Amino acid sequence: MRFGFKWSLLAVLLVVVLAACTNTSTTAPTATASSGVSQAPGAQGTASQTSSVTGATSGRPAGAGLINGPYPGEARNLNGAGATFPAVLYTKWFSDYAQLTGVQINYQSIGSGGGIKAISDRTVDFGASDAPLTDEQLKAVKGGQLLHIPTTLGGVAVTYNIPGVSKQLKFTPETLSGIFLGTITKWNDPKLVADNPDAGLPGNNIVVVHRSDGSGTTNIFTDYLSNVSSDWKSKVGVGTSVNWPVGLGEKGNEGVSAGVKQNPNSIGYVEVIYAIQNKLGVGLLKNKAGNFVQPSTETVSEAAAGVAQSIAPDLRASIVNAPGANAYPIAGLTYILIYQQQTDKAKAIALTRMLWWGIHDGQKYTTELGYSPLPQEIVSKVEDKILSVTVNGQQAFPGK
Amino acid sequence: MDKIASGSRFAGGEDQGDKLFRWLVTGLAVGTIVLLALIIFLVFGDARSALLQFGLSFLTTAIWDPVAERFGALAFIYGTLVTSAVALLIAGPISVGAALFLTEYVPKWLREPLSFLIELLAVIPSIIYGLWGLFILAPLMRDAVEPFLQNTLGQVPVIGALFSGAILGRDMLIAGVILAIMILPTVTAVSREVLRAVPDTQREGMIALGATKWEMIQGAVLPYAKAGIAGASVLGLARALGETMAVTMVIGNSSSAISPSLFTPGYTMASAIANQFTEADSEMYFSALVAVALVLLLVAALVNVAARLLVWRVARGPQGSARL
Amino acid sequence: MEGSDITVGSGGALTRDQDGIWQRRRLVDVFMTVLITVSALIGVAVLLAILAYVVINGAPALNLDFFTQRPLPYGEVGGGVAPAILGTLYMLFVAGLIGVPIGVGTGIYLSEYAGTRLAPAVRFTIDLIAGLPSIVIGVFVWALLVRHLVGHFSGLAGSVALAIVMVPIITRTVEEVLRLVPGSLREAALALGVPRWRTILRVVLPTARSGVTTGVVLAMARAGGETAPLLLTSLGNQFFNTNLLQPMAALPVQIYNYASSPFADWHTKAWGGALVLIATIGVLSLVTRLATRGQRPG
Repeated sequence: MRFGFKWSLLAVLLVVVLAACTNTSTTAPTATASSGVSQAPGAQGTASQTSSVTGATSGRPAGAGLINGPYPGEARNLNGAGATFPAVLYTKWFSDYAQLTGVQINYQSIGSGGGIKAISDRTVDFGASDAPLTDEQLKAVKGGQLLHIPTTLGGVAVTYNIPGVSKQLKFTPETLSGIFLGTITKWNDPKLVADNPDAGLPGNNIVVVHRSDGSGTTNIFTDYLSNVSSDWKSKVGVGTSVNWPVGLGEKGNEGVSAGVKQNPNSIGYVEVIYAIQNKLGVGLLKNKAGNFVQPSTETVSEAAAGVAQSIAPDLRASIVNAPGANAYPIAGLTYILIYQQQTDKAKAIALTRMLWWGIHDGQKYTTELGYSPLPQEIVSKVEDKILSVTVNGQQAFPGK
Repeated sequence: MDKIASGSRFAGGEDQGDKLFRWLVTGLAVGTIVLLALIIFLVFGDARSALLQFGLSFLTTAIWDPVAERFGALAFIYGTLVTSAVALLIAGPISVGAALFLTEYVPKWLREPLSFLIELLAVIPSIIYGLWGLFILAPLMRDAVEPFLQNTLGQVPVIGALFSGAILGRDMLIAGVILAIMILPTVTAVSREVLRAVPDTQREGMIALGATKWEMIQGAVLPYAKAGIAGASVLGLARALGETMAVTMVIGNSSSAISPSLFTPGYTMASAIANQFTEADSEMYFSALVAVALVLLLVAALVNVAARLLVWRVARGPQGSARL
Repeated sequence: MEGSDITVGSGGALTRDQDGIWQRRRLVDVFMTVLITVSALIGVAVLLAILAYVVINGAPALNLDFFTQRPLPYGEVGGGVAPAILGTLYMLFVAGLIGVPIGVGTGIYLSEYAGTRLAPAVRFTIDLIAGLPSIVIGVFVWALLVRHLVGHFSGLAGSVALAIVMVPIITRTVEEVLRLVPGSLREAALALGVPRWRTILRVVLPTARSGVTTGVVLAMARAGGETAPLLLTSLGNQFFNTNLLQPMAALPVQIYNYASSPFADWHTKAWGGALVLIATIGVLSLVTRLATRGQRPG
């Protein structure tokens, strides 16, 4: 039965191939190789650049509800790849956005490192990363000025699976870094028991699960550990991929949640939504103010509140170990990465429209999926960024 | 061979069409050589900066630190060798047994269906072994087999170290077992060809002398096929070395230092590339990964050549072209 | 070996002592018979275990949506893998367009022009390509097509990777089956004044038709299950895509993504995908096996 099905499909495909061969004009591989000479490499776009753009629109376009249907001349397909941290939100966005505008945005969650690499090599239309690029990485990109577009905020949950333990566990910076450094190896280690006296922690070995791929979640997590532990800072450091002292590696937030779920006595770190959807234990973390905090929309927003006013012009920011009384300590912004000078008009229009929709209309999806909406101060700064995107010297965003 | 003779006999009469056709197929054949050259050239080109930077220490150190950009592939090479060795230790004897069963024991009518079933194992895609390994084999190993090994063999001095440490459910032993299943059909099929190439006169001689079946096998068949069976095993090894998906899904993907225990999660060269390739976000990191691919390419080529030399020595001609 | 040599060689009348040796020899023989039988059974048992799990876990996933819908966002139950099935077929088709001519041509060269000095080098090359780990093929195609010629992840890059997987399989089979075509056939055609190229295309190839088809189908089956090179080349796509220059979904990659997710529904879909893949490949193998029965030795 399969056999016949397959061959008939093959026959159909022949027709499809012929059709597609005449329809490849939608993709125009960007051929211009050298990056723009006009900007010093690594120089950051600022809001003032917006005014220099010869835009068709005057004044600031409206926010939510502006994009409500297809736009003539925009590309029908976009490709993006990168972070798994916001993948839950992005696939939801792009599924709904396809219904709204007919633009199909293919997003593959291959990890933040992959997103950075893909946009640097220009093998995708946009990259996604939870880790802002380093100055060095910014110099290495091949398509000119790269913009960081924050899309949402999220917390990294410390998640565990210990059979027989139902009480929510508390972790301090010391115990958490100890576990991931391999100096705390058993669940009934006195340090852990001191914080969780009546949790009934067993004497089993701790199975550490970490990411095997280049990950922005890892970047946020190791940024936090480096912030709170000098041992971690000197031995491991911060990065999208690090040399893990202990544990087993799994690919993506999906892989780590699956690894924690399938291995008794394990601990891992994932974007909050992955822990919630998988009904895994989520640890309370001791923050800078000394309170044990649960990762939630509110506590993550509180972590971001402090940085919203003072954020750098290029919007690269770290919000780990934030000072607020209820600020959740392991949180971060996640970014979509695009080039400021676009080369394909149809794609540039589709891309800027999608981003505009995402930072306005798209924000309503954040809380239900376990993320936090962008603070208003950041949204207006992101608007400037989107408006600063040009194609052939013209503002790319069509204003509606 | 006759066609060459006929070709040369008619060589004078080669017309335009003949010439064109000859050039066409020669072009395609040469194309494959160009392809291989291009593969080696491109892989070497991208691996160059890592090889220049780290030199031989790339093969002798086990540090894989993308933050500090220090890379040494020893842990991956070790993982590849260990998992392949485990696979060969398990699959080798079973495959030779199965091949013997198929050539010496089984009634003729059952021979074909049975070998078809075993060969079917070879057409199952790697990803399905991975899926099965992840959801069926790994929990079984973690909950039953590995605790058993730890309580028995783990208590024996010296080799006990192989079965020590925490059982995580993703480790090199599980990867080895999956690989064993995957190379089983290869080693069985080639061993079977080799065994079939043993002349019947060898067998008849032993039987006539009153030997039992096993004595016949032991005395006349196996010595004759020894080199070929070794070749079959090396061919299996070649497959195990380069296997990617199934291993990636069960080995645990962790590049922490080399440990003697089979219960530690690790990386093979192939799984390291699969996991990290699209994510290597610095030039040196990328180059180091391609260098791993280069090492894997060279090792696989060497092992393949060795295997073919061994198999060819025993079974020549169309019968022996049991190439998989 | 040593013991058996002596006993067998000694011959003569059986004494009681030799009777005991005979008993032991019989025992060893029975023991080895059991061991060897068990070895063969292990192979079959593992196969059945894998097939059984794939069928049991995969069958619940199969419904109309599975074959016609595209994947849903994370954590939502439902949807299907239609883009992946279509993508795999599409890329296989294009890979065939590239790989079959090269494979068949090279096979003809190796069989019909075997006397040339180049032939051993080509044969060796084909062996080496066959031995390339598929992930290395992925690295190569990434470096050639994704980074340079096409400039981004694409179905075309995936097809080229699959074509490289297919070429050595086709070449070897074609060479082998063409060698089995009797030389007298060629001579008869040539004697009638038929040019050599027409002899090969009109007489030799058609005679070996079913063998050549087997090679192509086996290569397709093998390439259709490849995952590793596609991770680096065709990337994946959650939408339907028929544009070869865009990223394209493939069933094995989809299985991998679903298997490494934490969602039970996606696990079921991974098993369902595995069932579709294995059923297709199994049926293809069986059909080609039956079709070519008796034509090839073994």
